[in-house]
Amino acid sequence: MQMTTLRQDFLFLALFAIAVLTMPIWLDPLGANYPDLLQKFAIYGIFAIGFNILFGLTGYLSFGHAAFLGVGSYAAVWAFKLFSMNVVPALLLAMIVAGLFSAAIGYICLRRAGIYFSILTLAFAQMSYNLAYSVLTPITNGETGLQLSLQDARILDRTFGIDATGGIPFPNFFGLTMGGYGGFYFCAVLLIVCFFIALRIDRSPFGMMLRAIKSNQNRMAYTGFNTRPYAMTAFIISGMYAGLAGALLAATDPLAGAERMQWTASGEVVLMTILGGAGTLVGPIVGAGVIKYFENIFSAYNEGRLHAIFSFLPDGLENFFVTVTTPFVGEGWHLTLGIAFMLVVIFLPGGLMEGVRRIRSLFSRRKSKPEQAELAPAE
Amino acid sequence: MKLFNVNRRRFLRGSVAAGAGLALPTIFTSASRAQGYCNEPTGSSVVLGFNVPQTGPYADEGADELRALQLAAKHLNGEGDGGMLNTFTGSQLQGNGILGKKVEYVTGDTQTKSDAARASARRMIEKDGALMITGGSSSGVAVAVQSLCQEAGVIFMAGLTHSNDTTGKDKRRNGFRHFFNAYMSGQALGPVLAESYGNDRRAYHLTADYTWGWTQEESIKATTEQLGWETVETVRTPLGAGDFSQYITPVVNSGADVLILNHYGKDMVNSLTQAVQFGLREREANGKDFQIVVPLFSELMAQGAGEAIKGIYGTANWDWKLENDGTQAFTKSFGQEYGQPPSQAAHTCYVQALLYANAVETAGTFNPEGVVEALEDLEFDGLGNGPTLYRGADHQCFKPVLVVQGKEEPQDKFDLLEVVREVPTEQVTYDPSIFGGELGDVNGQC
Repeated sequence: MQMTTLRQDFLFLALFAIAVLTMPIWLDPLGANYPDLLQKFAIYGIFAIGFNILFGLTGYLSFGHAAFLGVGSYAAVWAFKLFSMNVVPALLLAMIVAGLFSAAIGYICLRRAGIYFSILTLAFAQMSYNLAYSVLTPITNGETGLQLSLQDARILDRTFGIDATGGIPFPNFFGLTMGGYGGFYFCAVLLIVCFFIALRIDRSPFGMMLRAIKSNQNRMAYTGFNTRPYAMTAFIISGMYAGLAGALLAATDPLAGAERMQWTASGEVVLMTILGGAGTLVGPIVGAGVIKYFENIFSAYNEGRLHAIFSFLPDGLENFFVTVTTPFVGEGWHLTLGIAFMLVVIFLPGGLMEGVRRIRSLFSRRKSKPEQAELAPAE
Repeated sequence: MKLFNVNRRRFLRGSVAAGAGLALPTIFTSASRAQGYCNEPTGSSVVLGFNVPQTGPYADEGADELRALQLAAKHLNGEGDGGMLNTFTGSQLQGNGILGKKVEYVTGDTQTKSDAARASARRMIEKDGALMITGGSSSGVAVAVQSLCQEAGVIFMAGLTHSNDTTGKDKRRNGFRHFFNAYMSGQALGPVLAESYGNDRRAYHLTADYTWGWTQEESIKATTEQLGWETVETVRTPLGAGDFSQYITPVVNSGADVLILNHYGKDMVNSLTQAVQFGLREREANGKDFQIVVPLFSELMAQGAGEAIKGIYGTANWDWKLENDGTQAFTKSFGQEYGQPPSQAAHTCYVQALLYANAVETAGTFNPEGVVEALEDLEFDGLGNGPTLYRGADHQCFKPVLVVQGKEEPQDKFDLLEVVREVPTEQVTYDPSIFGGELGDVNGQC
């Protein structure tokens, strides 16, 4: 295993922070520089980091993580309705509720491993989805989704005399409104904090335990460790990350709908993690970015836009290229994503991060030799 | 181990980087706030957002809506034969764009999910500078996008959405609906059912278990019970159930003689087909022929259900076979462009686009405040439905509702529904206060 010093970690973190905070600049040429998508990058980045703590480290493949995202969103919108339009109570409540919810589900599901665990989590998530969609409509407002309204209680806001005048107020962080670029920088800072926590977990003895669960649970049990509390902790942490992401979704766009919990949403985070590279720190965030980019940018291309792109070509060739590319953009964006995913899984089983690693090793082949000498002898 | 090895040079370098990072956000705040209203168009063109389901259960409706909206953009720019621009009475539109600005559009995929629809609408507003969002084929999405547009300060012209909530308890000042709703369906369908099936029927409801299904069931139940019908039972079915046999079997021995299917889309296709396969329509109960009713019909669903829809009653917003100038002009130019007649989803989106453009021309500005004022209590004609009122109190259109029946001998796959009656506007009009909700103020600021 690669050992890193604390200083290297901080350097890594600093680079990561710069990359995240300058997203509006370097994403501009890609057409992705607008607040909503930037917010989605940061929020789904948090979701994917959290998922990776469970899946990447312990190897437990949860197919129901969207349930925690949805629960977080509902909790956050209720906090906006009942307490305050400030995001702090909403984020806290969402993380607590998602944590409790994941403790309950984890307590049952973690009794099984492998495919049985995946199916159990999937079943619970689908159950939550159906409950939210119809049975629990008084709490979730069903299909329409839970929304803010002018008549909301907002107890804290009212007591402090911050009252809504003219229209429904927007969630804010002590005055910084959560829409637009303000919302993005707020989410970005939380992403960096979450990344730092994940980094510390990854490097800690606790992280080592989680990896041990992944490599061989029986062997770990024979050495005298009870594995379940470790897996359970990872599951809850990961659930709280999802809850935080859900709360941020609700904060930047105050509406919580049931389809956030659907199995396709759970599958999406699995895709993000595998596409980027399960078990790596940055991979899941990259994967989340790629998928959200496809979903928002590729789906918006229509024939008119394609004609504009290929207009530099002669007429016949232009029409040919437009015909060839049309099935892959607009309503066909799923197809493009599917092909990209297959290519990554086939040629880069370790995700996009493996690609980065391979390229890096090409440039530093000479340096790689002494590494073998560093292998420590077994005790 | 020492964490940071700070010397003067490193300190300076670090503080410069930190300062630059902190100053960065300010470059985005200056330009965007300088406008009079959100996305004020400054060039020679104006951008509209066409947000329709391109994937998922309502992709067929979405594709048809997009065709109609693209056609509307063409007609507004003076290309093609002009369609309903020629029949729209009291119109200010001249076929030179809107206020002389060329109409451009951006498209997006709602996936029939509130989140995806809102993300797509926000992209159109924030990135592409769209001034108006239209389209959509589900009430959940319509309500979600409507409240987003209210917050974002642009106009929302709803597409196909039938729930009472869109212009009821979830109505917004920036949102408008041309399509009819579940309450109107009930009011229109009731008398026709009484005439055909009598006043002492026993009804059994199967209802899709979500907001739209419930409002639909409530409305139909209220009207049929007024007629003297008895409701035997109302059963909720999960959305997208696929197999409805377990819900249909109990109907046979329930003592009911009418089955009302409050389903839409694929659910309706499946439940109706299965009910017919179970031989319900050949049965007799209480000495009467057993009947099935589907309150909300659409051509695309009728195509899916095939033979099963013959003779079944339902309601529709519009049908391409109506004999008025607007309908004929629209059907003709849609047919020339795409080689098939338009669906009611296509019609409502086309009309919404024209109404928005006309309101902008009337107001002389794209400012939502002016546009809302121009649309509220607007009376117009020539858009296929006869004289229509855009009621200011809840932003709902009032116009005749069609009662349709599945044709016994259809000519082709576009000729599946027969218009039995045009129920006059007075019969479907209601007091806006019955559904609650508040419009709030117009919002034109980003």
